[in-house]
Amino acid sequence: MLTNKVAVDEAPVGVNADAKPRKKRSQMHDVWKRFRKSRTAMFGLFIIIALIILALSAEILAPADAINPGYDIQDLGNTFAPPGGEHIFGTDNFGRDIFARIAHGARISLYVGFVVVSISMVTGVTLGALSGYYSGIIDNVIMRIIDILLAIPFLLLAVSIVAALGPGLRNVMIAVGVAGIPGYARIVRASVLSVREQEFIEAARSVGANNFRIITRHILPNCMAPIIVQATMGMAGAILSAAALSFIGLGIQPPQPEWGAMLAESRRFMRDHWHMVMFPGVAIATVIFGLNMIGDGLRDAFDPRLKK
Amino acid sequence: MPENTAQASNEALLDIQDLSIHYITEDGTVRAVNNLNLSLKRGETIGLVGETGAGKTTTALGIMRLVPDPPGKIVGGRINFAGEDLTQKSDAAMRNVRGKRISMIFQDPMTSLNPVIPVRDQIAEVILLHEKVSAAEALAKAEEMLLKVGIRSERAREYPHQFSGGMRQRVVIAIALACNPELLISDEPTTALDVTIQAQVLELMKNLKREFNTSMIMITHDLGIVADICDKVAIMYAGSVVEIGDKYDLFRNPKHPYTIGLFNSLPDIEKDEDSLKPIKGFMPDPMDLPSGCPFHPRCDVAKPICMQAAPSEYVNVSENHRVKCLLFSDTTGGE
Amino acid sequence: MPEKLLEVKNLKKYYKTKRGPLHAVDDIDFTINRGETLGLVGESGCGKSTTGRVVLRLVDATAGEVIFSGENILNYDKNKMRNFREHAQIVFQDPFASLNPRMSVSEIIAEPLIINKKASSKQDLHKQVLQLMDTVGLAARLENVYPHELDGGRRQRIGIARSLALKPSFIVQDEPVSALDVSIQAQILNLMDELQKEMKLTYLFISHDLGVIKHVSTNIAVMYLGKIVEMSDYASIFKDPLHPYTKALLSAIPVPNVDVHRERIILEGDVPSPISPPPGCRFYGRCFMRQDVCKDQDPVLNQISETRKVACHLVKK
Repeated sequence: MLTNKVAVDEAPVGVNADAKPRKKRSQMHDVWKRFRKSRTAMFGLFIIIALIILALSAEILAPADAINPGYDIQDLGNTFAPPGGEHIFGTDNFGRDIFARIAHGARISLYVGFVVVSISMVTGVTLGALSGYYSGIIDNVIMRIIDILLAIPFLLLAVSIVAALGPGLRNVMIAVGVAGIPGYARIVRASVLSVREQEFIEAARSVGANNFRIITRHILPNCMAPIIVQATMGMAGAILSAAALSFIGLGIQPPQPEWGAMLAESRRFMRDHWHMVMFPGVAIATVIFGLNMIGDGLRDAFDPRLKK
Repeated sequence: MPENTAQASNEALLDIQDLSIHYITEDGTVRAVNNLNLSLKRGETIGLVGETGAGKTTTALGIMRLVPDPPGKIVGGRINFAGEDLTQKSDAAMRNVRGKRISMIFQDPMTSLNPVIPVRDQIAEVILLHEKVSAAEALAKAEEMLLKVGIRSERAREYPHQFSGGMRQRVVIAIALACNPELLISDEPTTALDVTIQAQVLELMKNLKREFNTSMIMITHDLGIVADICDKVAIMYAGSVVEIGDKYDLFRNPKHPYTIGLFNSLPDIEKDEDSLKPIKGFMPDPMDLPSGCPFHPRCDVAKPICMQAAPSEYVNVSENHRVKCLLFSDTTGGE
Repeated sequence: MPEKLLEVKNLKKYYKTKRGPLHAVDDIDFTINRGETLGLVGESGCGKSTTGRVVLRLVDATAGEVIFSGENILNYDKNKMRNFREHAQIVFQDPFASLNPRMSVSEIIAEPLIINKKASSKQDLHKQVLQLMDTVGLAARLENVYPHELDGGRRQRIGIARSLALKPSFIVQDEPVSALDVSIQAQILNLMDELQKEMKLTYLFISHDLGVIKHVSTNIAVMYLGKIVEMSDYASIFKDPLHPYTKALLSAIPVPNVDVHRERIILEGDVPSPISPPPGCRFYGRCFMRQDVCKDQDPVLNQISETRKVACHLVKK
């Protein structure tokens, strides 16, 4: 093509010089590099991975017998057994192994966290993106809906949804999911508003990109950082809320081993059999702690300027 | 001839010897300033010219002892200022130097002013900090300074956002000169301004420099500004001064291949040219400087020796003009 | 006979603000012939960048016509606009903000080709991208690198490759070298020069740097507060600036030569606000040659000679 090439591009690339062609390496790579350096974040990640392994292997650790699932094998001759020996976390008022129930409960908690975050994230991100990208009437309508959602106390909202749809895991997840929408919508709207003004958006428009492509290819990928952080922290919140709803009896129904429900059942025996309360409580605290550690680590990794 | 010979004495106000400043990060060591030598007499203005990453600003921060530590560290050399080595001074002693004996003007006039304090009070604050005066006296002096930079008293109580970019830079200059410093470091003070405003500010700086008899280091990438306002020029590349000299000597007879390349890269407003003669390649990565002379990969006249040995000594081109390049040293046979 | 590629007539762009209409571009006319470059020069806020965007309809005009290859593009519908985008492109000022940080070099360059369905297959797309990278002097090994890993000069080459992808005939260069160091700036200017000759490109080159403008332009238009105050072939305006603003602008440039001494005209005050500008000449408040007539009557752009037009009451044929 050009007769005398202006630049012979032989200089190294950026800071990490390597002259060989490179595999694709996104900014996620750098985020992971920074994330790895944070000890608390890695500890959080370790907790969550351990919990996932526990949840996945619940059927192996606490298999079902001929009649009952693993979490509901009752041994009425051995109720309220203290921790240690055959039952490392002890047994409950029906003689069920608490460890088995915690392991199976981990499945429910992680499932709840995942589904709730999906519901609120997908809806919230969509609403926030539309609201931020198309200012004017659309923005106004969406943001007023969000304001209304925010004005209703979470418990009242959850109770009314569950009251309308009936108790049960699915409806609890919907209730908690809906309550989480405003958080995502606001965060996404704010970052869309700032990304929208960047020159590369105009550049995309100048080569003929339509609104859908601009939102999905150019705006949202640049809003990922706060969304991911919110999702991680939001998952902790969702698990806690679901546990709280189960605790007041709106969520999972017995004999399902939801941690919040386990706490509620064991309330009566708290005075004499501390282990029944402690293990579900510690389980909830641990998962919340782990997720929040990851969330903090991710936030710092995405934006190293925030951290000193 | 320097414009203000009358005021210039022969005493060197600032004499930097073999200054090296590194940023030590987890990914490696950024060698921002390497064996930099520079000297400046009282009343003189030197232009510190170089491109992004040449180490101009780090040098300025080094003189002010404001290099962020960590990761920055002055790893070697001396900064003699009026007979004292600034690198040996305590932090407390440095606070008395900064703003009083050496002050600095930054590129962006908006971020270097506090948005919630009226401009007059910002100037008075500096005066109160360094001089034994009453608050009323400081305010009066502040208004006087504002007048000197061309801002009328009735605007003295306004806030930075009520001023245009050029006016804001005037306020910054007033703050910098409020305590009558011996040395003023200006880091690209007009880069953010339009040309007609830049001309106003440069004119103002020229006059004030003469009035206050302040020495000045003018950090810039614009050789035109150097020709306009400086007495001496130092050309920086990869953290060291590659050519230094009297403005007239250096502009008329540039020697270092990088200096020549810089001049050739500029579109000439005086005559027509078919195509520009850019310097090939890119600025080197300060974390991974080339072996030998750091400029050799981009140099059109590099010799084999340039790849191995870095030039360490300056060669005198004339009495007031020195260059650091192996092409001119005797060991390689000269030109 | 030079062929008109772009003709702008009575173009206006006003923005609504709380304090009144902001006259960003206020009734300007110009033409650019195929293969030539019009240099648009002025200080910040004079409306030069807005002009570049209105001409490409990245911003909607308030009034006027933008005639490209004989058709007024301001009347185009969506389909015709998409077609127009293949002919007219833009290179942006900021090589950092104008590239999506989440896309790799090859993804950025491929985007126009994907959107406008210019590649028959994945292999074809890849081939075209590599060819574009070669054209602008980017090594093929950089295809999977992200913009933040590159320096300003190479980032700007990415922007140029993207603008060339659709094989346009017209490119708006919006301060493409202002953010670059001089040695890199010269590389990019030379590249643009070669591309123009090689591909018969027409440029609208926007800059505040008169040295750069002189180097690239066939004709030059000087803007002040939304108006074109002087138009000329590139050479005469430097030898003999006619409008007082042009004179001041030229004299204000610091010349990197210690043996040239120019008479410096220092303008008073700042550029006034473009919101609800007063009647009369826009430059009246800062002009060192002003007369009474300038206060009330807005001068029109008058043909002074074959190649020159000036909007000033004091300049006559």
